[in-house]
Amino acid sequence: MDLSRRALLKGAAGATSACLLAGGAALLGRVASARPAQALRPPGALPEDKFLGACIRCGLCVRDCPPKNLRLSTWGDGLGREVAIGTPYFEARDIPCEMCEGIPCVKACPTGALDHALTDINRAKMGVAVLVDQENCLNYLGLRCDVCYRVCPVIDKAITLEKFSNPRSDRHAMLLPTVHADACTGCGKCEKSCVLEKSAIKVLPAQIARGELGHHYRKGWETGNQAGRPRFGQPVQRLPETPVAGDLAPLRSGREAYPAPTLPPSAEGVK
Amino acid sequence: MNSVVLPGSAVGMKGWWHAHRFLLLRRFSQAAIIGLFLLGPLAELWIIKGNLSGSLVLDVLPLTDPFVLAQVLASRHLPETSALIGAGVVIAFYALAGGRVFCAWVCPVNAVTDLAAWLRRTFKFTGGRTLDASLRNWLAAAVLAASAIAGLAIWEFVNPVSMTQRALIFGGSVAWGVTAAVFLFDLFIAPRGWCGHVCPVGATYALIGAKSVLRVSARHASRCNDCADCYAVCPEPQVIVAPLKGKDGSGPVILDSACTNCGRCIDVCGPDVFGFTHRFDKRKD
Repeated sequence: MDLSRRALLKGAAGATSACLLAGGAALLGRVASARPAQALRPPGALPEDKFLGACIRCGLCVRDCPPKNLRLSTWGDGLGREVAIGTPYFEARDIPCEMCEGIPCVKACPTGALDHALTDINRAKMGVAVLVDQENCLNYLGLRCDVCYRVCPVIDKAITLEKFSNPRSDRHAMLLPTVHADACTGCGKCEKSCVLEKSAIKVLPAQIARGELGHHYRKGWETGNQAGRPRFGQPVQRLPETPVAGDLAPLRSGREAYPAPTLPPSAEGVK
Repeated sequence: MNSVVLPGSAVGMKGWWHAHRFLLLRRFSQAAIIGLFLLGPLAELWIIKGNLSGSLVLDVLPLTDPFVLAQVLASRHLPETSALIGAGVVIAFYALAGGRVFCAWVCPVNAVTDLAAWLRRTFKFTGGRTLDASLRNWLAAAVLAASAIAGLAIWEFVNPVSMTQRALIFGGSVAWGVTAAVFLFDLFIAPRGWCGHVCPVGATYALIGAKSVLRVSARHASRCNDCADCYAVCPEPQVIVAPLKGKDGSGPVILDSACTNCGRCIDVCGPDVFGFTHRFDKRKD
């Protein structure tokens, strides 16, 4: 081996330039790991930092996606410019995930960047739907839109309609779309179908959408005490004995607060 | 353009086709491979799916780029078996055919750097600096080390080879900026700089094909008329000297792993000194 002073110096120069180049690429990678919230990874994608180590950007998932919602990000491709270049993503408002039963995109992935352990699409966690704009959601305005609830592939589990009294009229119900993160797959059908000009419900990556409860908290109604008994039972709702105008709550007896009106026979006779 | 055919030139001695055979075959090979990838999305004919980083041929045979997979492994992710098999198939092929056959016959960046080199020859640009030949090996090693530290496949954020072929197959206009940068780098900064001295993908393929069977031999070295056309056209001219001139006890076969088996020396040589053969071929006249 040639170990002259000149060869050593040249080698050192090569090594230094190589380290600078590689370091620059690594820095660029670090910056690119901050994925914009509207870019969702395909089902089964590993957490973002692991994903960017595992994905070889071959596009096989894109090719096998039946609704063709997946694409490989390119520079200057709108949103895509901030998604690590060449990696697959989709925008729910554009085309949501169709939640194919066979999960062809995961099967196509040669590296497991889309985790092959995911075999039930209902367990996918592409993100979590969040009703981000309560001020414009039609159901919050007191209307019965319900579209996000109706299109949800995991209807009544991932999105439920929760009944509340509308304080503005004091005599109407509001049925508020409510997301349950444990059942939500993040497919984005709710975001796609929201009838507003801009969707009031959006799928966000879980690390953005979700809070985290202090680990010392115990939900007394779920967790038993040291004796294994619930700390307290279900709260008892104080229900009215007699109908109160504008009150939607059922009576304690279980009867409807407002029985269906029966028209007097004379009224029918008029007709 | 009706250029004069010089009597001593390859075209004059062998005719146009024989003086451009391997160049045209290579361009055809490069275009055909990208074309096969495009048949799927354009004509619903899925012969090969994916791109040069990873693909699936006829829904059975996986292929994976070894350097991309090396970055994945360095980032401590164990891929599915299909990616490992794919890399195995690719490594086995290039170990026999010559590692840098990828660079000359497959990689679309080759056409770009060849164009830069052609412009340099045609317009007699002699400036620029020659980079250290070991740079690309250092870079390949540094990329793997940085991938291990960062846990990311880091070269894929900048890799002009991946970006160019992906832009061709999947679209993406601004990725051409990287391709243009490589072109300008080769044209104005370092002659034959990118492919020969920087690209760690090529370095990996050179390593894979270090003992490859298919090689070019200067078998008819006695016919050499010292016109130096082969040196001028070769992307790695340093590999020709010893086998052609029999220096340092070298046999006639070009065994240097930097040789891309592009066959351009065979094309441009009027007296037909060179030819493809296997590495154990000792024949010489």
